[in-house]
Order: sequence, then C-alpha cells, then structure tokens
Amino acid sequence: MELLAKGYRDEDLGRRILSRIRGEMDGAPTVRLMEVCGTHTMSIGKLGLRRAIPYNLVLLSGPGWPVCVTPGGYVDAAADLALDGITVITFGDMVRVPGSRTSLERARASRGRIVVASSVTAALDLARNEGGDVVFLAVGFETTAPTTAAAVLTASREGLNNFSVLVSHRLVPPALRLIMDDPDCAVSGFILPGHVSTIIGTEPYEFLADEFGVPGVVAGFELIDVLVALESLVHMIRSGAAAVNNAYTRVVRTGGNRKAEEIMAEVFEVVDTEWRGIGRIPMSGLAVREEYAAFDAACKYGIQVGGCELPPGCSCGSVLRGVLRPAECPLFGRRCTPQQPVGPCMVSTEGACAVSYKYGEK
Amino acid sequence: MCVSVPGQVIEIDGTSGKVDVAGNTVEADFSFLPDVKPGEYVLVHAGFAIQKYDQAEALETLRLLREAYQVTS
Ligand code: SF4
Repeated sequence: MELLAKGYRDEDLGRRILSRIRGEMDGAPTVRLMEVCGTHTMSIGKLGLRRAIPYNLVLLSGPGWPVCVTPGGYVDAAADLALDGITVITFGDMVRVPGSRTSLERARASRGRIVVASSVTAALDLARNEGGDVVFLAVGFETTAPTTAAAVLTASREGLNNFSVLVSHRLVPPALRLIMDDPDCAVSGFILPGHVSTIIGTEPYEFLADEFGVPGVVAGFELIDVLVALESLVHMIRSGAAAVNNAYTRVVRTGGNRKAEEIMAEVFEVVDTEWRGIGRIPMSGLAVREEYAAFDAACKYGIQVGGCELPPGCSCGSVLRGVLRPAECPLFGRRCTPQQPVGPCMVSTEGACAVSYKYGEK
Repeated sequence: MCVSVPGQVIEIDGTSGKVDVAGNTVEADFSFLPDVKPGEYVLVHAGFAIQKYDQAEALETLRLLREAYQVTS
C-alpha cells in the first residue's frame, strides 16, 4: 500500500505530465476548470498546483464542501438543541461555522453539550450507553449520506428512540447542473469528486458531456491523480471532445455502490434544498422518509431550517459557483482570515477561501 | 469530512469488522460491502467501508502511466 501511495506521488512522473499540459496549453485561450470537491481543493493547494500550471489554465473551487453550503439556520437549530440539554454530535468541521445568529462553539461555551466524532457510529453508541436524547448532525454529500441512512436503520431495528439525525445532506450532480445553467458560467471542465463517485458511480455526470458539451474526469487525490485528470480535461477541451471519464478506477466503479445507494433510498427521499449563498437547487437534497420520522430530529423537535443568507459582505456563493475567486472577495485576507473567519468558506480547512489564504494563492 | 482512507480488512463479523489503516486498527461497518473478505483492501469513510480498493488495478494504472510518460527509474 505504501509503495503504491508513493507511486501516485512520483514527482518525476508528475513533471512529465505537467510538461504535456504545458504543451497543450501553449498559446491557447484561457481554460477554466472546476474542482468540485473540497478535498481536491485541499490537495491542489497543498501540492502548489495552481502555481505550477500554465497561467492560462485556471482552477476554480466548487460547491463540494459541506460546511460551506450548510444553511446558517441549520447551525442555529443545532446550537439551540445543545442549549436545551440535548447531546449534539457533529463532525469537527462544523463547530466553528457561523450560523445566522450563533455557532456550535458559542453553544458549547454556554454549556451546551457538543461532542465531536468522526462517525455516526459514535452517536449510536452514545445513544445506547446514555439515557438522554442524542442528535447527530448529518451533513455531507453522497459519500456520507449512506452512513447516516445505515445508522437510522440500525436505530430503527434496535428501537433506539433517543437517537435522531438532523439532516442537511446534499447531492453533487444537481449543483453541477445549476453551475452549468448559470449564464455567467465560465467553467469548461470538471474535476469530479472521487469519493462521492465511489457511491454514485460515473453515470450521474453524463449530462455534463451530453447536454452541455463539457468534459468531466473523476479523479483521486494524489499528485498523479490530479495531474492525469487535468491533462485529460485539457486534452479533451483543446480537441473539442467532451466525455465523462473515470481516472480513479482503483476505487470508483461505473455503477457506484448499489448496496449503499439502496440503503440511502430506503431512508431518504430526494427533495429541493437551499444551499447557503447559492440558493434553492431542485432535487439536490435528502429528507428522511415518513416511515423513519421518529429518527428525524426536524420532525421530533419541530425544527424548520431557514437562514440561507451569508454574513454581510461575504461572497461565498459566487466563489462556490466559480464566478469569483477567493482573492477577489473584498474581505479576503483583510476582514476575513482563518483566525477570524467571516464566511463559511474561510472556516473549514478545506473551504476554498481558507485553502487560498493558507497557500497564498492570488 | 469526506476524507476516505484505504486499508486492509483484518476481520469481519456480520456488518462490523476491523481494518488495518497504515498500521492502525480501525473499526469499520461493512453494511455497504457485504461480500468483502479479510485480506482484501477497502476504502474507509466516516467509519464505513464504502468501496473495494482494487490494488491490481492501481498497480496496472501506474504501470501504464509510467510507460506512456517513459519513466524508467
Ligand atoms: S473571503 Fe471570507 S467573506 Fe470573502 S467569500 Fe471567502 S469566506 Fe466569504
């Protein structure tokens, strides 16, 4: 495994792929590619790729980081639950995200019980071992949604009535459609999310090529993975071809993971959902089906999540649609820094603005 | 949050099992991969094995790339 990992980080091979990309882009008009997933944003920042690629190849960060698109009202609702004496379990990234009027960090300072965990399984364990009500903050895309669904099925089987989930799951393909439908859209190709695709496969992206004539490549997260995807996209764009390719064949199968999708469909239905700073996207979110309402925190505690506006002056919405680059936001690096974040894209380590700031991108 | 890591399956009992991730043993739920066996490689995300990791495919892709870009070392 170690050897393999090394192979995918081979700088000599990397340089050769880069020089092929330079050749393709030599004298070409500007090409704008979007990396959809926050983990790609992070890899590209860490690897310093934005500086290594030719000036006429621009990489934009997309909406694929859950923390950035979760409505402020969701954060407020979770903080209120914690202050009402309910144990709130969350992925660590959510703790600092500013809601519309509060944050989990503030709720914790006021003695709300907030537990950070890396898996929904920890929330099930807490619910089993402690008497009180436990709410898991279910955020994330198609990679994480099946894990929430599996936990709801387990809770239902065990009759674990003190466990519920506050769902804010989102789906990637509808967001890509929204980006392509935007008349200001400047994206001519997509680096598609590797781990989301382990679940959904490659078929749900086909519309990019079929309807919009824009190519996409499913990519892994190492140096060679990202460069291969870039080279393939640049090559397709320069030769006027558009297809959706899988360059992450070691874990992504064309059909995805059927079993995970079945479990997800058993527990959730697809609904229209608000994305913070972006707005309502048709059929882009998940809601717990009525059969499992007992485990849906929104039903159980009568929560209606609103508050999709951004903090005043924050341009995260435009950044996430690839219309603005982080450094083009007037607050970037001035009033908004990772130490004192104004908007959600600066909070999380994988947010577009935070990555841009950390790696000094212009 | 969407970080996923590859590892080798150590043991499985029903839907729960253990995976060796870079020398550390982690618990994983196998609800999404019912037919995986100890010794095989999987990708683990948020406590769940979400997909098989095809080592042969990974090696072959790398070999083809090295060949295409004439990397010899
Ligand atoms: S720099 Fe800060 S305020 Fe500007 S878009 Fe990014 S997160 Fe929002």
